[in-house]
Amino acid sequence: MPDTHFYRYDDYDRTLLSERVEQFRDQVRRRLAGELTEEQFKPLRLTNGLYLQLHAYMLRIAIPYGTLSSRQLRKLAEIARKYDRGYGHFTTRQNLQLNWIKLEDAPDAIAALAEVDMHAIQTSGNVIRNTTADHFAGAAADEIEDPRVWCEIIRQWSTLHPEFSFLPRKFKIAITGSPNDRAAVRVHDVGLRLWRNPEGQVGFEVIVGGGLGRTPIIGKTIREFLPKDELLAYLEAVLRVYNRYGRRDNIYKARIKILVHEIGVEKMREEVEAEFVQNKDTSLRLDPQTIEAISSQFAPPALSHRSAVVGAVEALKLENRDFALWLKSNTAPHRMAGYRIVTASLKPAGAPPGDASSAQMEGVADIADAYSQGEVRVSHEQNLVLPHVAVEDLPAVYAALERLGFAEANVGKITDIIACPGLDYCALANARSIPVAQSISNHFASLAKQHDIGDLKIKISGCINACGHHHVGHIGILGVDKNGVELYQISLGGDVDFGKTSLGDIIGPAVGADRVVEAVDALVATYLERRDEGERFVDTYRRLGVEPFKERVYATV
Amino acid sequence: MPLYKEGSIAPIAADDQLAPLPLADWLKAPTQAVMLANTDVLDPLKNHMGRLKLIALQFPKYTDGRAYSQARLLRSRLGYRGELRATGDVLRDQLPFLLRCGFDSFESNQAGFGPALARARTLFSVVYQSSSDDRAPAALLRLKLRNATAEALAAD
Ligand code: HEM
Ligand code: SF4
Repeated sequence: MPDTHFYRYDDYDRTLLSERVEQFRDQVRRRLAGELTEEQFKPLRLTNGLYLQLHAYMLRIAIPYGTLSSRQLRKLAEIARKYDRGYGHFTTRQNLQLNWIKLEDAPDAIAALAEVDMHAIQTSGNVIRNTTADHFAGAAADEIEDPRVWCEIIRQWSTLHPEFSFLPRKFKIAITGSPNDRAAVRVHDVGLRLWRNPEGQVGFEVIVGGGLGRTPIIGKTIREFLPKDELLAYLEAVLRVYNRYGRRDNIYKARIKILVHEIGVEKMREEVEAEFVQNKDTSLRLDPQTIEAISSQFAPPALSHRSAVVGAVEALKLENRDFALWLKSNTAPHRMAGYRIVTASLKPAGAPPGDASSAQMEGVADIADAYSQGEVRVSHEQNLVLPHVAVEDLPAVYAALERLGFAEANVGKITDIIACPGLDYCALANARSIPVAQSISNHFASLAKQHDIGDLKIKISGCINACGHHHVGHIGILGVDKNGVELYQISLGGDVDFGKTSLGDIIGPAVGADRVVEAVDALVATYLERRDEGERFVDTYRRLGVEPFKERVYATV
Repeated sequence: MPLYKEGSIAPIAADDQLAPLPLADWLKAPTQAVMLANTDVLDPLKNHMGRLKLIALQFPKYTDGRAYSQARLLRSRLGYRGELRATGDVLRDQLPFLLRCGFDSFESNQAGFGPALARARTLFSVVYQSSSDDRAPAALLRLKLRNATAEALAAD
């Protein structure tokens, strides 16, 4: 099995994980013995990733910076088989959720995770959550620096942070290391963007107070350039200001975005900088050796030279139209010629977005071992990524993914839908999300049609909490409840890619579940008729505005 | 409410000489003990660090974590060395965090709090971040280990 090319746990990390498992085991025991009330237990289980859903407990497992070794993925498959129903759900936050966990089993499931240096710490609750990153990190052609180094530094610093374990609300950090933001840094509590300044130094732009949910807000820059070694000093300043002044009187107003909104970004900057002045040059400053030691573990794999143009691949392209489409939509430029980044689509026609069975996870792990340096990534679009595939191996990888049902050539297309769990699982839901995604997916199943429509992102949430990111969907679909009837509100023009973050506009009254597909069809038809050469759906929308789309939808619906 | 300190499993008697006053009252006539609301600012205490023997901080609910930041500022920034007491809704599962933020006495109604306090420091032998308890974070230990290894190799 190939060596891993990302952070490797040492004895310190493993000791902490196993001590955490024992602590949680004791907490569960006390809960089952009635020594802890549910109210007292709740924050404890949440910070161990255990959520109470409609039907059962859900375990949310962290996949730090979305990076997995094949060995870890096999273990996840095993855990899903042993403690759940043999499948798991990859989420938009680079987590894996198991939906049918028993409370009594949770400590053993978490202990099994620790065997492969994984955990569910702080994947839920009012704490600093799993830091997410560009899923192409370390492989992308456009990258300035690998953001995962900093995610790992943040992972360690934020884990069981004594001061920040009872925040007003959850706190999510995302990092991108490339100018084409694939980590949605402007819709996180803190977004960090690595960039090179005119003096040639690389540092962070610090963005604060973004978020979706019921009050979608695009984050504001509070620091143009932060030297990398002061990252923790700065974050500690941001978190301290938030912990002290963030609202705690109303759960819906408790995120940092509301604080920034209420006091204004200028005041926020002032407060944070005043704290930062005191923190900088203290032990919070990262030692260059520490940075180097962690960076070196993310050193890219030594890839052998492979040819960029391969006869067999060219031939297959001509022979197999689906393969040709797949190359276009499901592979991306690698920083090394002769290699591609391959996305395995977890959205085959009609399937629940992001689900994978244990057998499928094992299948992907095998492909990663054979063709991708034993490495797999989880994307915030709920797909899996094979980061280092030689061009020459693409036909074999395509065939292997096809056998798993993960070779649908639809990445970035209309059926590559993001959907939250919705009413099928979630206690907060107004409406179902997954079945809506499935009907849209079935309706637009033709690959030729999808590629003709081009890049179009549909995002679906089952309620205003926006776990499905509907605000930033080119087409956003939001489940609402009107006197017990599930209706869907449609918005257009949201975007989160490549730094062009915008929030969608609602087009009009919500429509019934049976009309969602028709409405989407009307939107697409309008686009196809009115688009200019080379325009994506969202570009046409921006040019024409909402009227023609709206008219068509409400004429048919 | 029962009061606990490390070193005793049973609750201990509070020192009557040190009854903390709410900040507003205390400011009128500063004594050796003050009680802060978790929204109080710390500036007015700055010049009294020598005088203060007890500062009581409050957890109105155990999920309200503002007093952790107050504790850290008192210990690490204002250099407070006296007793720092956690009061209100204080539960044993907070102890690893409370101890690391510099609290050293605890009011709690929870059964089993005393024995839990006695074990609290043994729950985690590794910490990942520096705080107000002077424990060395893993990153620092790794650094020392690397440098020691390098030195040993150089001497070899
Ligand atoms: C099934 C149980 C779930 C529940 C009860 C739940 C609950 C919530 C709530 C209450 C919020 C709003 C937070 C706020 O605005 O302060 C939220 C936001 C969010 N959740 Fe979930 N969630 C669930 C599942 C998921 C899943 C499966 C994903 C990933 C696919 C997810 C990703 C997110 C994201 C990305 C946000 C919004 C953005 C933001 O934080 O600003 N959640 N969730
Ligand atoms: S958006 Fe609403 S329905 Fe969907 S998972 Fe989040 S809380 Fe549940």
